[in-house]
Amino acid sequence: MSAFAPASSLGVLATLRRGVAVSPQLVAGWKVTFLLAVVASFGRVLVPIAVQQTVDTGIQAPGGPDVRRVVILTSVAAVGLLVGAACSAAVNVRLFRSSESGLFSLRTQAFRHVHELSVLTQNTERRGSLVSRVTSDVDTISLFVQWGGIMLLVSVLQIGVATILMAVYSWQLTLIVWAGFVPLFLALRPLQKRVNGRYTVVRERVGAMLGAISESVVGAETIRAYGVGERTQRRIDESVASTRAAMVRAQNLVGAVFSSGVLVANLVLAVVVVAGTYLGIAGQLSVGKLLAFLFLVQLFTGPVQMATEVLNELQNAVAGWRRVLGVLETPIEVVDAGADGVPSPPGPATLELRDVAYRYPDGPPVLVDVDLSVPAGSSVAVVGATGSGKTTIAKLVARFMDPTAGSVLLDGVDLRDIPVDQLRRRVVLVPQEGFLFDGTLAENIAYGLRSDDDAAGAPADDARVRAAVEALGLADWVDDLAAGLGTAVGQRGESLSAGERQLVALTRAYLADADLLLLDEATSAVDPATEVRIARALESLTRGRSTVTIAHRLSTAEAADSVVVVDAGRVVEVGHHDDLVAREGHYAALHSAWVSQTR
Amino acid sequence: MALTGSVPRRAAQLVWRGMRDHPGTYVVAVGTSAVFGVLTVGVSRVLGTITDQVVVPAISGSEHACGEIWRAGAAIALVAVSLAVTVALRRIFAGRGFALIQEDHRAGVTRQYLHLPMSWHRRHPTGQLLSNASADVEAATGIFNPLPFALGVAVMLVVATVALFRTDVWLALAALVVLPLAVVANVVFQRRMSPAAIRAQQLRAEVADIAHESFEAAVLVTSLGTAAREEARFAGRATQLRAANVRVGTVRAMFDPVIDVLPGLGTLLVLAVGTVQVSAGNVQTGDVVAAAYLLTLLAIPVRAFGWVLGEVPRALVGYDRIARVLDARSSLPPGDRSWAPATGGVRVQLQGVGVSVGLPGGGDLALLRDVDLDVAPGRTVAVVGPTGSGKTTLVSLVSRLTDPTAGAVLVDGIDLREVRPTDLARHVALVSQTTFVFEDTVRGNVTLADAGEPGAPDDEAVWDALRVARVDDVARALPGGLDAPLGERGANLSGGQRQRLALARALVSGPAVLILDDATSAVDPRIEQAILRGLRGGTGPTVLLVAYRMSSVLLADEVVHIDGGRVVDRGTHEELLARDLGYRDLATAYEQESARRAAEVDDELALDEVVDSFLKDPA
Repeated sequence: MSAFAPASSLGVLATLRRGVAVSPQLVAGWKVTFLLAVVASFGRVLVPIAVQQTVDTGIQAPGGPDVRRVVILTSVAAVGLLVGAACSAAVNVRLFRSSESGLFSLRTQAFRHVHELSVLTQNTERRGSLVSRVTSDVDTISLFVQWGGIMLLVSVLQIGVATILMAVYSWQLTLIVWAGFVPLFLALRPLQKRVNGRYTVVRERVGAMLGAISESVVGAETIRAYGVGERTQRRIDESVASTRAAMVRAQNLVGAVFSSGVLVANLVLAVVVVAGTYLGIAGQLSVGKLLAFLFLVQLFTGPVQMATEVLNELQNAVAGWRRVLGVLETPIEVVDAGADGVPSPPGPATLELRDVAYRYPDGPPVLVDVDLSVPAGSSVAVVGATGSGKTTIAKLVARFMDPTAGSVLLDGVDLRDIPVDQLRRRVVLVPQEGFLFDGTLAENIAYGLRSDDDAAGAPADDARVRAAVEALGLADWVDDLAAGLGTAVGQRGESLSAGERQLVALTRAYLADADLLLLDEATSAVDPATEVRIARALESLTRGRSTVTIAHRLSTAEAADSVVVVDAGRVVEVGHHDDLVAREGHYAALHSAWVSQTR
Repeated sequence: MALTGSVPRRAAQLVWRGMRDHPGTYVVAVGTSAVFGVLTVGVSRVLGTITDQVVVPAISGSEHACGEIWRAGAAIALVAVSLAVTVALRRIFAGRGFALIQEDHRAGVTRQYLHLPMSWHRRHPTGQLLSNASADVEAATGIFNPLPFALGVAVMLVVATVALFRTDVWLALAALVVLPLAVVANVVFQRRMSPAAIRAQQLRAEVADIAHESFEAAVLVTSLGTAAREEARFAGRATQLRAANVRVGTVRAMFDPVIDVLPGLGTLLVLAVGTVQVSAGNVQTGDVVAAAYLLTLLAIPVRAFGWVLGEVPRALVGYDRIARVLDARSSLPPGDRSWAPATGGVRVQLQGVGVSVGLPGGGDLALLRDVDLDVAPGRTVAVVGPTGSGKTTLVSLVSRLTDPTAGAVLVDGIDLREVRPTDLARHVALVSQTTFVFEDTVRGNVTLADAGEPGAPDDEAVWDALRVARVDDVARALPGGLDAPLGERGANLSGGQRQRLALARALVSGPAVLILDDATSAVDPRIEQAILRGLRGGTGPTVLLVAYRMSSVLLADEVVHIDGGRVVDRGTHEELLARDLGYRDLATAYEQESARRAAEVDDELALDEVVDSFLKDPA
């Protein structure tokens, strides 16, 4: 089983750097944005300046309150405030635009990469987590940016500009303010870790709770039929309650952390008033400047309170980002030879497996020294018990993965040397369970059409779908459906039976028009009429093509040009059905057992 | 339960219902928030007073004021501590309320999932129901996080208004003129935001759907080399999501600076008007400072309205979705008559039974019409018919997964609708083709009870059931035996093993009626035969059987042939073969099918044996 790249052990900053390298759109135009942000931050300190000026040169002017001066002063400040607000809006819009294009790029890159990972076709349990990489993880980042990230950025600038102004007014008081807030920052860091720990517990509990709830939905029929609703409810209630308990525990800590910000800000205020008054008495600070400090401390409080909350979400967003980047770092095992490869033009296909071996990482060998040859246009049936390695042979031929030893050759060329798009054009695997997309029957069949078929003069897709349906003798079935080819198949094709889904898969494969077909024979229950249709369609589909069938029935083996018997990863017998029977080996024993049972 | 009326009315209902259910928590949360509001106004008053009585005189050289400096600092510190305490309590209790309301919703929704009939479940996709209990609950409760704060801010505004007007009318007007503007800004924001947020949420779900589907189709995509096509499909929707997210961001981007700038403009106006009033001798410097400072303090709290209003559309959408589940009524009212059948099976009768379902476009589709059936106690009846003929509908009536729309289903002469659900579940066991395995131990999956629960079958009974279902060897081979955990949905069992486990589950309580709806399709035919034979005769249950294998049908005492929802004929297999042409065709098709399936299963088994012997003894 190929694993993800080990969860990147990158720190926050390193993750951000890596993330920006992957999606450079994130920082597009940052210089202009930064400039606008600085202007916006200056807009925010205009109020404290206006307070200082009004008090010192207006209200407490030597000749009594100077109304005219204050009116002009406040008018100018108001204009400045509006300019700052406009800049602030522009900053926000620019940041949203760039972050969303960056995340869009990250999302689509990861999506593409996941499709190229062989883990996707081999390890179905991993699919769910891969889906979250391109959905909820990116959504977490996006929501973070929208609801906190940008505020955090703006807050940092605001603290910087406020500090400069404070230093201009009084370096002593500036030191007092910082002496109050720096320890707060330092104390918040470990506390924040504990908050994160508690939220991790919340997420785990939520996961377990959703698992319990999903049983009540997926297992609804069983639960009803056995009247175990109360027990199921008890289990759900327990998991719901434990989720609530974890949330409350987390929130208690957040309450304590958050209020410490309020406490520090107001204690700083008290110290500033006392110290400022003494500085005033000493003639080092005017009343206006002292009062301005009261407002400047507020400029600190807001961002610090904001930061304590936003930092919390930042951890989640970064963790999500790290996971997405982890996916992008996962190496692609099946490497495309691309333009440097050996071209593989369409035409009759010969296939050869030479000393092929395969083992999953950390797993026992699945195939050992497998040799196999499929002449152009012939059919080979691979038989063997479940777990014998039959299906692995099909996956190797379709190049879902590469053999760990030996080689698979198409027309004498190693699959690894053939450009992947050309290989996919020539070799098509029809899996046991035909997958259907939520759409119409026609759309699902047309999925087999190649984009390079769309040359000028080619018939429309609909016509080709119809022609394929008729060529496989399925017209009567399609016409019997409620809306013919326009019938909606539902999610995963659930409106069709398993056999009908199989028919769609076969028609799709017919349209794909490959030179070598890999058929994984279905074992699921199919009603008799559909069974006949499948057999008929298969016959038309395989005519004139090289085929390798992973056979689950001896009748299929009987009809094949050659039979390969696989067991425990080895080829134990090869030959035509008649020869194998005549040879009185184990295939012959198998055959006679089969014959005796059907009589 | 659904909310009615205009948006503000519905929002108020939603909020009120949530708080009403947890009065203690919300009294503390809103109470401390209100105290916080009063204290915040208090801070500005204290600062104003200190400015006039301590700071200005002290700097001007007043000896008396100098002595007051430390007392002034202590006063601020005292308010600081009180403020911090109210903030902590408010957040803790707001979080508690939020968590409690989520718990209420989840408990309510899942109760419905377990209560509502199968017909309801079939109409609602799994994904939707899961999101009702997760995403929709989160959406519906998001509003409760900022709510106590917003209510405290309302108190803050009232107290501030009173305090300002007591100081000076003109100063108060100058300070308060920005408030209506802030309200307008909030309303505009809400109007713009709600459609944008809903669209983004919708698109997030759609992008996730495409990713799910595409990754699930991985074999197909890789095989046909259509990854680029999938990427284009995904990117198309992701582009829409990006645009929607940017739209949400833009609305926020325009709104935030406006809300930010309003208190600032108010402060400047206060300074100007305040100077005029000071020069007129109506107020003092401290009053101006207090009013200006108060506006600065309002900058963040005034946003709380934005947070609450911003959550309203999302909350209403989420709540409506939850309410649709909560308001759904069971069409299967439970009966209250107790029923304790004697051993040896019961009589099962269907009298003039019809089942029809409403079509989305109007009209009804009849699944069953005028079905009469009488099964004597302990007998085995096979229901045979082509796909879609109504077999599953017929047998599911007997375990009351559905009620008939016409006629009645009787057990021991009692209408199923009158029977207590617990008795019904205890005595009628259904095994369907698709089996469900719980994330539990082998024992838990058979007994569907917690270990040591009163009335739960003991281990001996479990082993007996496993033996009859021919799955005891599988259980024995698992590490831990009955205590072995079965992974996600029984992923570590084969299809046939899962079906036999489900059968053991049905058998463990010794049912009076056993319904097998193609329940052994993945089981080896010979094992299937053995199982079915084991069920017959003596004190065995009454069995209703849907099967595709003729060999299984042959074991039935009676065969019912249905087609198009009607009973075509019934009798023994031989009788039907002789007189029912449709049945004869069906039987031929069934035989071919069973031969094929037998061959298939035997292939694998025989191959295993042959190859094993070959490998052990290559000579």
